[in-house]
Amino acid sequence: MATLEIRDLHVTVEADNATKEILKGVDLTVKQGETHAIMGPNGSGKSTLAYALAGHPKYTVSSGTVTLDGEDVLEMSVDERARAGLFLAMQYPVEVPGVSVSNFLRTSATAIRGEAPKLRHWVKEVKETMERLNMDPAFAERNVNEGFSGGEKKRHEILQLELLKPKIAVLDETDSGLDVDALRVVSEGVNRVRENGQVGTLLITHYTRILRYIKPDQVHVFADGRIAESGGPELADKLENEGYEAYVKGGASA
Amino acid sequence: MAEAQNIPVGSATAGSIAVAAESTVATRMSAPPSFDVGDFPVPHGREEEWRFTPLERLRGLHDGTATATGEGVKVDVQAPEGVTVETVGRDDARLGKAGTPVDRVAAQAYSSFEKASVVTVPKEAVLTEPIRIAVHGEGGVAYGHQVIELGAFAEAVVVIDHTGDAVLAANVDCILGDGAKLTVVSIQDWDDKAVHVGQHNALIGRDATFKSFVVTFGGDLVRLHPRVAYTGTGGEAELFGLYFTDAGQHQEHRLLVDHNVPHCKSNVVYKGALQGDDAHAVWIGDVLIEAQAEGTDTYEMNRNLVLTDGARVDSVPNLEIETGEIVGAGHASATGRFDDEQLFYLMARGIPEQEARRLVVLGFFAELVQQIGVADLQERLIAKIEEELEAAVA
Repeated sequence: MATLEIRDLHVTVEADNATKEILKGVDLTVKQGETHAIMGPNGSGKSTLAYALAGHPKYTVSSGTVTLDGEDVLEMSVDERARAGLFLAMQYPVEVPGVSVSNFLRTSATAIRGEAPKLRHWVKEVKETMERLNMDPAFAERNVNEGFSGGEKKRHEILQLELLKPKIAVLDETDSGLDVDALRVVSEGVNRVRENGQVGTLLITHYTRILRYIKPDQVHVFADGRIAESGGPELADKLENEGYEAYVKGGASA
Repeated sequence: MAEAQNIPVGSATAGSIAVAAESTVATRMSAPPSFDVGDFPVPHGREEEWRFTPLERLRGLHDGTATATGEGVKVDVQAPEGVTVETVGRDDARLGKAGTPVDRVAAQAYSSFEKASVVTVPKEAVLTEPIRIAVHGEGGVAYGHQVIELGAFAEAVVVIDHTGDAVLAANVDCILGDGAKLTVVSIQDWDDKAVHVGQHNALIGRDATFKSFVVTFGGDLVRLHPRVAYTGTGGEAELFGLYFTDAGQHQEHRLLVDHNVPHCKSNVVYKGALQGDDAHAVWIGDVLIEAQAEGTDTYEMNRNLVLTDGARVDSVPNLEIETGEIVGAGHASATGRFDDEQLFYLMARGIPEQEARRLVVLGFFAELVQQIGVADLQERLIAKIEEELEAAVA
C-alpha cells in the first residue's frame, strides 16, 4: 500500500534577498485510500507544502525527509516525482500556448504509464472522463489553460487526476474560485478517483465548503508553517464555527 | 505563485498605427527605390532600414567590396512538364517587373548578376507537383535573380531551397496573372557561416492568391525583404514566416504589404524561436493602405518564443492608413518566454524536460508548418526544428 511520509520538513524561499522559512517542521503520513484535509489561514504555508512536495524550483528544502513507499522523493526531479505517483492539482494552473489539451494529456499519460495508451481506448477514456466533468469535447483542441475560465482550469486539473491515477494526489485549493455547481462537478471527479481506494488524497483548502462533498478521514489545521492540530472530521465543524483565530493569535506572525 | 504571462525578454517591441498624409513607410528609407546600386549611399548603420543589421557581417555586400567569385552558388531547377525554365541575360524584358530594389544590397544584386532564371507557368496550367529550385552555396560570393511568372488561372507551388555556404545577394520576383494561385516556400537552411540578403517581390493580379512561406534556420546573417503589391482588385496575400535563431545568428525579416488597389486582402503571420547568446531576430512588418485602397482587409502578427537567456528580439509592426473606408486593419506583436512555470507544469505531469521543450516549440510552430501542404517539406521542417532543439541541449 502506497504511503507518503513527511518528516520534520523545513522549507525556505528567497524573497527580497533574504531567506525566509515557510515550513517549520511538518510531520504527516498519507496512506493510499485515506483523505486528509489541510486547512489553514492565508499565509500559513499550505500551498508551500503542496509545491515543495511536487518539487517546484522556487522552494528549497532545508531539512527533513519526504518518502513515497520508502523512496526518497526529495532526490527526484519534478517529472520523476510525477512518474513515481505524486500528483499536484494546482491552484493556478499555467498556460502553455501552442500545446493542445489532447496532445498534452496523451504525452503526459504516456510518460506516467510508461507506454503510449492505445489510441482507440485512449480517445474513449478521455471523452468519457470529459463528459462526466461536463466538459465540451472542443475543449481538447484548445491550448493548455490558455483563455480558460477559473472553473475550466480546475476541471482540467481534475481531468488529469482521473486520467493519470496517481498514488498520492495533492489538491491545492481546488475549490477556490468555483461556484457551487462547478464545485460539485469537480468534487464528484475527485470522489470517483477516491472510490477505487487506490489514491491517498491531501486536500488543501481555506474553506470548509468542499468538505461537504469530499469527506476527509482526518483534518489538520495548518498555522505558521506547521500542523497545529489534527483531528477527525469534527475538527472541520469547529473551524466552520470558530474560524482560524485561535491558531493565528498564538504566535503566528500574520 | 504568479500565472505565466507573455513578457518581453531583452526585447524592443514597438508598434505604431499612423494615419498619415504622406507615406512614412516610403520616406523613412534613405533613398528612393532604384535598380542602380549607385543611387544608394553606402550605409553606415544608423539609417532606419539598417539600424538593426550588423554591417560588418555582410561581408562587403553593402559597400561594393564583395566581388562575385564565379562559383558562388549552384542553381538547379526541377519543374513538372508544361513549365518553362529559362536562363536569360540581363536585358530580358521580364526582369524587374515585380518590384524595384529598396536598399543598397538589393540594388547591388540587381546591378551585379550575369544570368537570371525565369520560370513560367502557362495560363490555366494547374500543377500537381511543386517546382523545386535548389540553390546550393559552394563557398563563394554570388549575385542572382529569379523570376516566377504564373499566367492567368495557373496554380503552382514553388520551393526555393537554400543550402550550403555562400555570400549571396539575390532577388526573387513573383508575378501572378489574374486568378492565379501561387505558393512560394523559401527555405534558408544555410550552413553556419552563410550570408544571404534579398528582396522578394510579389505582384498579385486581379483575384489572384499569393501565399508565401519564409523559413529561416541557418546562416550567420540572413536579411530578407518580402514585399507585396497588387495589380487588380480581389487579390489576396498570405505571408507566413518561421525562424529558429540560434546563438550568434542574425535573422532579419522586413515585410511590406502595399495595399495600392481597392478590395484586396493580406494576412501576415511570422513566428520565431530563439535560443543562445546573441541570437538576434528582427521583424519589421510594414503595411501601407493607400488612399485609393478602399475595402482593404489586413492583419499582421509576429510572435517570438525566447527559449534561453541572451537572445534578443526586435519586433516592429507598422500600419499606415490613408483611408478610413476599409474592412479591417490590425497588428499584434508578442514576445514570450518559455518560462520555468510552464516547464514546471509540464514536468509535474511526468513529462521530462527535453520532451516538454519539444512539445512547446513544435506546438508553437505547428499551425504554420501544417499550412505548407507539401508533405516531405513539412516532415523536413519538423525534423529540423527537433534538430535545433537537440543542439540547444548538447
